[in-house]
Amino acid sequence: MNATIWSLSAIVAVAAVTFLLGYVGSRKANTTPDFLVARRAIPATRNAAAISGEYLSAASFLGVAGLVLKDGVDALWYPIGFTAGYLALLLFVAAPLRRSGAYTLPDFAEARLGSANVRHFSTFFVVCIGVLYLVPQLQSAGLTLTTITGLPPWFGGLIVTAIVVINVLGGGMRAITLVQAFQYWGKLFAIAAPTFVLFVVFLASPHRGTQPISDDGVIRFPQAETITVAEQVVKVRVDEPLTLKVHGQIDGRGADGPVFWGRGVYELSPGTRMEFTAGSPVPVVEGSPTTNHDWTRPQTGGISELLRTYSLIFATFLGTMGLPHVLVRFYTNPDGKAARRTALHVLYLLGLFYIFPTVLGVLSRLYLPQLLVNGKTDAAVLMLPETMVPNLGGQILGAIVAAGAFAAFLSTSSGLVVSVAGVVSTDIMPGKVRDFRWATVFTGLVAIGLALLLPRSDASLTVAMSFALAASTFCPLLVLGIWWRGLTWVGAVCGLVVGGGMVITAQVVSVVSSYTGRWAPAFITQPALITVPLAFMTMIVVSKATRRRAPADVNQILLRLHAPDPLGFIRDRDIARFGTAEEKARMADDQRRGAGRTR
Amino acid sequence: MSRHDAGKPEQAAREAWLGEQARKPRRRRVVLADSTKARGKALRTIIELEEQTSVGEKLVRDLIRQQLKSAFGLAFAVLIGMCLLPITFYLVPQISDLKILGIPIPWLVLGLAPFPILYGVGWVFRRQAERHERDFVNMVDR
Repeated sequence: MNATIWSLSAIVAVAAVTFLLGYVGSRKANTTPDFLVARRAIPATRNAAAISGEYLSAASFLGVAGLVLKDGVDALWYPIGFTAGYLALLLFVAAPLRRSGAYTLPDFAEARLGSANVRHFSTFFVVCIGVLYLVPQLQSAGLTLTTITGLPPWFGGLIVTAIVVINVLGGGMRAITLVQAFQYWGKLFAIAAPTFVLFVVFLASPHRGTQPISDDGVIRFPQAETITVAEQVVKVRVDEPLTLKVHGQIDGRGADGPVFWGRGVYELSPGTRMEFTAGSPVPVVEGSPTTNHDWTRPQTGGISELLRTYSLIFATFLGTMGLPHVLVRFYTNPDGKAARRTALHVLYLLGLFYIFPTVLGVLSRLYLPQLLVNGKTDAAVLMLPETMVPNLGGQILGAIVAAGAFAAFLSTSSGLVVSVAGVVSTDIMPGKVRDFRWATVFTGLVAIGLALLLPRSDASLTVAMSFALAASTFCPLLVLGIWWRGLTWVGAVCGLVVGGGMVITAQVVSVVSSYTGRWAPAFITQPALITVPLAFMTMIVVSKATRRRAPADVNQILLRLHAPDPLGFIRDRDIARFGTAEEKARMADDQRRGAGRTR
Repeated sequence: MSRHDAGKPEQAAREAWLGEQARKPRRRRVVLADSTKARGKALRTIIELEEQTSVGEKLVRDLIRQQLKSAFGLAFAVLIGMCLLPITFYLVPQISDLKILGIPIPWLVLGLAPFPILYGVGWVFRRQAERHERDFVNMVDR
C-alpha cells in the first residue's frame, strides 16, 4: 500500500510538471504556425531532447526490457533498430525535408508532386500510423496503473488521454516542445538511477531471491508462485515435465486440482489460476526460448526467426523516417543545417538511453520468471525494484520507474496527437486554430476508443507494426521524392496503396489470429521485409510508366530541397497559407529581393 | 555623428603625414564596394539556379549527386554491417561461447557497440554534407 502511495505521488508530480510546462509554453501560442510547427524556432539541442522524449515511448521504456526478459539477446535488435532509424533519417531526409518548408507530411507530398490526390492518401496513412502508435501507449498506461494500484486498465488510458488533450488544446506544438524535452531527461533519470542501484544490489548478493539455475539451463521458480492468466488466451511451452495445481481451463477442458504437464504446448484460457511449487520448472510463453541456454544465444529460433530479425531491421531502420510525429518535429527546426544537427544529437541521446533497459531486462530474467508464464513481460521494469529490494528503497525506486513510464506515455501521446491533429485540421478542416483544437479532441476520442476495444499485445510488437507501416508508405515517398526527379503523383499513390494496404491487411490478420489462438506465421506479424521493397518497386515502375505526369517544375523543387541554407531558398508554406499579413509581407519582400520564388 | 566629424580632420592630418604612397592601398581596402559587387555576382548565380539555366541545373545536379553518394554509401555500409550479424550468429553459433569479462560476445556486439558506431557514422555524414554545401556556396559566392 505504501508503494502505491509513493508511485501515485510520483505520477501526480509528473502530470503536474507536464501541465505547468505546457502552460508556460502555450502562453504565447495563438497562430496556426505556432500550433503546427512552433514557429520553426526551436534550437537544435532542445529539439533533439524533445524528439528523444517523444520517441522513447512505452515500447522503449517498458517493452525493450520485457522483450529481453522473454527473447534474450535477439530482442536487442529493437533498440538498435529504433536508434538506427535516426541515422537513416539524418542521411536521407532531415535537411531536405526541412527546406521543403512544408508543415505536415501530406503537405510535403503535395508540394513535391503537385497533386491534391497524393495529399489525401498521405493524410489517410498519417492518421493510420498515428492511431496505430497511440493505441499501445494508452494500453500500456492502463497496464502501468493496474500493476501499481490495481485500478481497472481503462482508467490509465483515459487519464493519459485527458492530460494530453488538455495540454495540446492550450498551445499545440509550441506547448509540448518544452514538455517533451523535459520528459527525455526525466525518463533517462527514471531508468538510469534504478538500473545503477539494482545492479549494485545484484552484485552485492547475486544469489538472494534469484532463480536457481540448474546445470542444463532450465529456469525454475525461486519460491512457490500463484499466477493468473489475464484477459487473453496464453499458449505456454513446457520442456521439463512438472506437476502443478490448476483452477480453470487448459486446452479448452476444465481442470481443478493437481495436474501433470509433460513436454508440449498448453493453451490456457483467461482467468485460469496456476499454483507452482518452489523449484518447479517455468513454462514459457510459446515462441520464446525455453531454456537459459537458448536465451543467451542469438538466432536459436531457426530460419523463420532469422527472417523475422531481418524484417525487424528493415522496418525500424526505414520506418523511423516515416513516422509523422517524428517528422513534424523536424519541421520545427530553423533551417536544414539545424535539422541535421538535431538528428545527430538524437542519435547520441538515444544511444545513452538504450543501455539501461537491456540491463534491467537481464536482471528481471533472474528475479521475475513468473512473467514468462503469462507473457506480461511489459510489467518487468515496474515490478523489478520491489522484487529485488523489498523495503522502502525499493518502493521509492519503483515510484521513480512508474513516473518515468508515465512520462513516456504522456510525451509520446502528446507528439502523436499534435501531428495527427495538425494533419486533420489542415487537410480535412480549414486549418484555423479552432479547427486544430477540434481535431485534437477528435483524435483523442478515437484513440482511447480503439485502445479499449483492441486486444493488448506487447507494446514493442504493436509499435513495430506501425514502423512497418511507416516504412512501407512514407519511407519510399520521402526517399524517392527527395532524391529522384522521376517520381510522379500516380506512382506515389500506387506505392502508398500497395505498401500500406499490405501492412494493414497483415495487421488485421494478426489481430484476428491473436483472438483465435495465435496461428499467424512470423512474416504476417513482421511484414516489412516483403512490403518495403514492393512499395519502392511499385512507386518506381508506375512513375516510369506515367512519366508525363511528373511536375514541370521538378528541378526548382529539388533545388529548394537541396540548396544550402545561406542561399535563402527556404519558403515556409505554413506562412504562405496561415501567416499574418505582416509575415506574408516579409516573405514577399524577401522574394522581391531576388532570392527565390514562392510557389 | 560627432565622432566622425571629430575624426575627420585628424585622419586627414594622418594621411598627409603618411603621404601619397601609403594612402593608395588604404583606398583599395574600402570593403563596402567590394561586397556589393560580390553580392551582385552571387545574386546572379542564384537567379541562374532559380531559372534553371543549363549552368544552374548542372550545379544543382552535381550537388545532389554528391550528397546522395555520401548518404547512400554510409547507409549501405551500416545496413550491410547490421545484416551480416544475424546470419553470422546463425551460421557460427560458437561465437556465443566466447566471452569478454564474463559477458558473451553477442551481448556486447548487440547491446553496446552499435550506439557509438551509429553516432560516429552520423557525425561523418554531417561533416561531409556540410562540406559539400560550403563548397557549393563558395562556388556560387565566388
